[in-house]
Amino acid sequence: MSLHPFAIELLQLTLLIVLAPAFSGWVKVLKCRAQGRTAPGILQPYRDIRRLFAKNLLVAENASWIFRFTPYLTFGVTVMAAGIIPLISVDLPLSATADVIALVMLFGIVRFFTALAGMDIGTAFGGMGASREMTIASLAEPAMLMAVFTVSLASSSTSLTQMVTVMAHSDFFIRPSLAFALAAFILIALAETGRIPVDNPATHLELTMIHEAMILEYSGRHLALIEWAGMMKLLLFFALGIASFCPWGIAPSGDIVLLLLALGLLAAKLVLGSIIMVLIETGLAKMRIFRLPEYLGSAFLLATLGMIAFFILE
Amino acid sequence: MVAPLDIAGFSVLLLLAIAAISPFVRAARAFQITVMFPACALASLAAVVAGGISVAEGTVASATMYPGLPGLPFHLRLDPLSGFFLVVIGLMGVCVSIYSVGYMKGYGGQRSITHMIVFYALFLAGMLMVVLADDAYFFLVAWELMAAASYFLVMYEDEKAENRRAAFLYLLIAHVGAIAILLAFGVMAGQSGRGGFDGYTFDAMRTAHLSPGWATAAFFLAFFGFAAKAGVIPLHVWLPEAHPVAPSNISALMSGVMLKTSIYGIVRFAFDFIKEFPWWWGGVVLVLGLISALMGVLYALMQHDLKRLLAYHSVENIGIILIGLGLSMIFASFHLPVLAALGLIAALYHTLNHAMFKGLLFMGAGAVLHATHERNMEEMGGLIHRLPWTAVFFLIGCVSISALPPFNGFVSEWLTFQAFLLSPALPNPLLKLLIPLGAAMLALTGALAAACFVKVYGVTFLGHWRGHQQPERIREVGWSMRLGMLLAALSCFLLGIMPTWVIGWLDTIPEQLCGAKLAESAGRYGWMWLTPISHERASYSGPVVFVGICAVVAVTWLLLHVRATQVKRVPIWDCGFAKLTPRMQYTATSFSMPIRRVLGFLFAVREQVEVVPHTNHPAMPAGLQYRLRIRDRFWNWLYAPQGNAAYWVARQVGKLQHGQIQVYLLYSFITLIVLLVFLG
Amino acid sequence: MTHSIAAQINSLLASLILLTAFALLAQRKILGLVHLFAWQGFFLALSTAVIGFASGEHHLYISSLLTLGMKVILLPYILYTLIRKLKIHREIEAIVNIPATMLIGIALVVFSYHLTAPIRELSSLMTRSTLAVALATVMLGLLMMVTRRHAVTQILGFLAMENGLFFAATSATYGMPMVVELGVALDLLIAAFIFGIFFFHINTTFDSLDVDQMAKLKETD
Repeated sequence: MSLHPFAIELLQLTLLIVLAPAFSGWVKVLKCRAQGRTAPGILQPYRDIRRLFAKNLLVAENASWIFRFTPYLTFGVTVMAAGIIPLISVDLPLSATADVIALVMLFGIVRFFTALAGMDIGTAFGGMGASREMTIASLAEPAMLMAVFTVSLASSSTSLTQMVTVMAHSDFFIRPSLAFALAAFILIALAETGRIPVDNPATHLELTMIHEAMILEYSGRHLALIEWAGMMKLLLFFALGIASFCPWGIAPSGDIVLLLLALGLLAAKLVLGSIIMVLIETGLAKMRIFRLPEYLGSAFLLATLGMIAFFILE
Repeated sequence: MVAPLDIAGFSVLLLLAIAAISPFVRAARAFQITVMFPACALASLAAVVAGGISVAEGTVASATMYPGLPGLPFHLRLDPLSGFFLVVIGLMGVCVSIYSVGYMKGYGGQRSITHMIVFYALFLAGMLMVVLADDAYFFLVAWELMAAASYFLVMYEDEKAENRRAAFLYLLIAHVGAIAILLAFGVMAGQSGRGGFDGYTFDAMRTAHLSPGWATAAFFLAFFGFAAKAGVIPLHVWLPEAHPVAPSNISALMSGVMLKTSIYGIVRFAFDFIKEFPWWWGGVVLVLGLISALMGVLYALMQHDLKRLLAYHSVENIGIILIGLGLSMIFASFHLPVLAALGLIAALYHTLNHAMFKGLLFMGAGAVLHATHERNMEEMGGLIHRLPWTAVFFLIGCVSISALPPFNGFVSEWLTFQAFLLSPALPNPLLKLLIPLGAAMLALTGALAAACFVKVYGVTFLGHWRGHQQPERIREVGWSMRLGMLLAALSCFLLGIMPTWVIGWLDTIPEQLCGAKLAESAGRYGWMWLTPISHERASYSGPVVFVGICAVVAVTWLLLHVRATQVKRVPIWDCGFAKLTPRMQYTATSFSMPIRRVLGFLFAVREQVEVVPHTNHPAMPAGLQYRLRIRDRFWNWLYAPQGNAAYWVARQVGKLQHGQIQVYLLYSFITLIVLLVFLG
Repeated sequence: MTHSIAAQINSLLASLILLTAFALLAQRKILGLVHLFAWQGFFLALSTAVIGFASGEHHLYISSLLTLGMKVILLPYILYTLIRKLKIHREIEAIVNIPATMLIGIALVVFSYHLTAPIRELSSLMTRSTLAVALATVMLGLLMMVTRRHAVTQILGFLAMENGLFFAATSATYGMPMVVELGVALDLLIAAFIFGIFFFHINTTFDSLDVDQMAKLKETD
C-alpha cells in the first residue's frame, strides 16, 4: 500500500510545522542537561508560542508596512522551503519547484526582509543587527553554496530529490569530498541558524546578539511567527544536511512501510545530529564578531577543498 | 503584415523626426514635454514590436539604405540578436520616456527642454541604429551618435565643474574605446579578402577566414573597446562619475540600456563574425567578468551617494553578464552547443533583467532626488512614509537585483550557476576544476549585493528622516513617473515568473549563434517548470514559489485575524534611555563597516578619528570627528600614472614655446630643411 | 574489490593529509602546529601501510613503521621538548595574513593538479590520483616556510615538505628503495638535531626565534 505524493507532501509539511517547536525544545533540554541546568521540558516552545499569540500587539510608531509584513513573509517562505526538502520520501510534488540554489535564496528572502524590518523602526539596535547579519550572511552564503555544489557535482544535479536518489542508491564509496563538504556545512549551518559560536539565541546583551537585535522590537503574534519560523529553519537545516550528506533511508516511493522506516531513521538521525550540535555549542564560546570572518573563511576553505578533492581524488 | 525591419525603421525615423522638430517648437514647453516624450515612448514601443517579432520568428531581414555616406550605402539588418537588443532598448525606452514627462517638469522653467529632447531622441535613435547596423561605417556612425548624444545629456546640468569633468572623462574613455573598435573592424576588413569598402560590411566579416593571430587581435581590440563602454573593471572609472551627475532618466537609460550595446558588440564579434575561437578567449571574458562583479559590488557597498552606488552596481551586473558570456564561449570552443546555448541565454536574460531593474532603480533614485533634492543617503531616511508608491517600486528593484526569488534577477543568476555546474562536461581537466570555483565568487557577489541593497533601502526608505530640511515638505512624485516605474517593476516581476516563456522566445538566438536550442528541454514540463538541461539536473518554478508563499502568507494572516487583537502604536524601545534621536540610527557608512573591516584591503581606505578637545577638561571632549576616505585603487594604479605621464610629455613639448618670434621662425626653417632633405 | 576499497581509503587519507597541510597554515599556536604535524605523519604512515597491503609491496610496512616512529613520535617529541625548554609559547607571526595564505594554498593545489595531470594519464597505479595531493603538500610546506616568521615554523614547514615528498614517492612508484628511505629518515633525524642546536643558538644570541632577526647578521646596513 502506498500514499499519494500529495498526501506525503501534506504529511511532511504538517510534520515540519507541528514538530519544529518540539525539536527546538528537545535541543534546549539537551543543552540544559549538558550544561548541568534544569530543563524546562520539551513542550516549552509550544507554551511560549501560544502565550505570544494571545498577547496584544505593540508596534513601534515609526514602523511601516514592511515591519508588519515581514513576520508573515518569514513564516510563508519557511513553510514553502519546508515543502521542498525531502524529509521522508523523495516522491514530493513541491520538490521540483526549487533546487538547492533556489532553496538557499529562499532563506535569503527571509534574511533580506528581517534585516529591513530591523532597520524600519530606526533604532541603533536594528541597524546593528541588520548590518552584522548581512555581513555574516554574505560570507556564509558562498561557503554554503560551495558545500552543496560539491554534492551537486557528485550527483550531477542540483535538484534535491535527485541528489538524494543518486547518493542513497549508488554503490558505497568513500568520498573525501563529501566529508569536507559536510564539515563546511556544519560550520555554516551553525552560522545560518544563529547558534554558538556565531550568535547566541539565548541572549539579549547588545554586544553578543545579531539575529535578536533585528527582531528586538517585535511582540505578540509577530514575534510568535518569527520564532516559529526560526525553529522550523533549524529543523530545515538538519533536514537539508541529512538530505545532502546522509540520505540513506529516505523512501524512494510512497510505500507505507518504507515511509515508517524512513520516519524512524529520520528521528534517529535528528537525535544524533542534535547531540553533535549541543556538544559543539557547549564546548565552544561565542566568538568576537571580527573573528567570524576567519571562522567562515575556514568553512569556505573546507568547502573548496571538498570540491577540489572531488576532481582530484574521485 | 508589415515587416519587422520596417517597424524598426519607422521607430528610428520617428525619433530622428522628434529631434528635428523639437527646436522649432522651442517656446511651447508644455507641448514639448507632454507630446515629445510620449512620442519617444511610441517609437520605443515600435522598436519592441519589431524586435519581439524578429526574435520570435527567427527571421533575418536586411536592407540597404542609399543616401548613406557618399558612395557608401548604409546596410541594415535585423536578425534575432539585434531584435533582442531592440526589445531591451525599446522596453526601457518606453518606461523612461513616460517617466521623463514628470521628471522634466521638475526642472521648472530653469533649463532648456529642447536641449534635453533633441539629445534624448538622438540618443535613443543612436542605440537603435547601433544594433541595426550591418556595416562598420554605419555602426561607427551610430556608435558615435550614441556617445555624443549621451555626452551632452550627461552635461545637462553643466554649471557645475564636477559635471563637466565627469562628462569629459566619459567622452575620453568612450573614444579610446571607439578607436579600438575601429581598429578591430579594420583588422576584420583587411583579412576578409574582399577589396575596397566591401570588406567593411558585416557580411564580409561573417565569411572572412581569419588566421588565429589576426582573429585574436580583432576580438581583443573589439573587446577592449566594448569593455570601455560597458565599464568592465579596470575601464570602469567613468561610470561612477558620469551616472550620478546625469539627469536620472538619462542615468536609467545609460546604465540600463547603453551599456548593453557593448554586450551586443561582444556577442556579435565572437559568435557571429569569428565563430571559431580558442577557449582562453572565453576564459579571459569569464575572469574579467568575475573581477568586475566582485569588485563592483564591493565598491558599491562603500558608497553613500545613491546614484553612484547604483553606478557601481552596473559594473557588477555587467560582470555577471560577462560571466555567462565567458562560460558560453568556453563551452562553444569545445563544441558543446547546448551548454553554450545555456550560457548565452543566461547572459542575454541577465542583460534584459539588468536593464529592467537597474532602470527601475535609477528611476526610483530620480524620484527620491526629485522629491528631496538629495543624493546623499546619509541625509535621508523614512521616505517610505512620504513616498509610498516609489518605496514599493524601489523595493521590487532591490529584491530583483539582489537575486531573490521569485523576481527576475534570480532566474538569470540561477541559470548562470547551472552553467557553472556543467563544467564536468569539459574535456580539459584544469577547466573542470577551476570553473566551479568561479561559482563561489558569483555566490559571494550575490550575497554582497543583497547586503548592499538592505543598506540602500534601509537607510533611504526606512527608519527616521536624518536630513536637515522638513520631511513634511516631501511629496510623492507625479503619476507619469509612477507609471514609468510601475511598468519597469511589472516587467521585473513577469520576467521572474515566466522564465520558460522568455527562454522559448529567446531560443532563436542560440539556434543561430550556437547551433542548439534550449527551449525544448527548458520548457518540457509546461510553462510553470523551468528545467534548463533536464528535470533531473535542476528545476525551478517561479509561479509555484510565488503562489505558494502568497498562499501561506494569506492563510496565516487570515487565521491570525479571525480574533480581533488590539494593535497599539508605541514609542520604540529605548532601553530606558529616553533620548533616542534619528542621528543614533545606523547610517550607510556604519552599515557597511563590518564588510569594510573584513575586505578593506581591497580598497584604499583611510579612516581618521579626531577628538575635539573641550576647553575646560581634557577628559570630556566636546566632540568626535570621523573622516573616512575610500578611493578606487584602479585610479591610482592605472589612470593617475597615465595622466601624469601625459602631463609630463605636455610639459616637455611646452618647452618649445618661448614667445620669441625668431625661435619660431627657426623651427619653421628647420622643418623646411628637413622636408627638403627627405624630398631630395 | 580490496584494491578499490584500498584506493578509496588511500584517497581519504590523502585528503586528510591535505587538510592537515592547510591546518598547518591556519594554526597560530606553536604547540598546535606540532600536534598537527604529528597527525599528518600519522595519516602518512597509515596510508603507506594501506598501499603496502594493497600492492603487496611488503617493504612499505617497514617504511610505515619508520614514519610512525620518526614523524609521529620522535620528531614531535624533540620539537615539544625544545619548545618547552626555550619557553616559546607565543602565537606565531605571519608575513602574509592567514586568509591570503589560504587562497594562495588553494591556487597551489590547483597548480599541482594541473602539473600532475599528464602523469595521471600515463600511470596505471591505484594511487595515481593522490600524486597531486603529494605535490601540493610539498608546495604548501614551502609556502609555510616562506610566509611565517618563526624558526620553529620553518622546520615544521621543512618537515611537512618531506612528508609530501615521501607521499609522492609512495603514490608515484609505491615507495622508494629501502636504502634510500632509511637514508632519508636518518637525514631527517640529523636535520632535526641540527635545527635544535640552531634554535638554541639563535635564541641565546637574539633572545627570540624570529628569523627576521637574522637580518642583523648582514655586514653592511
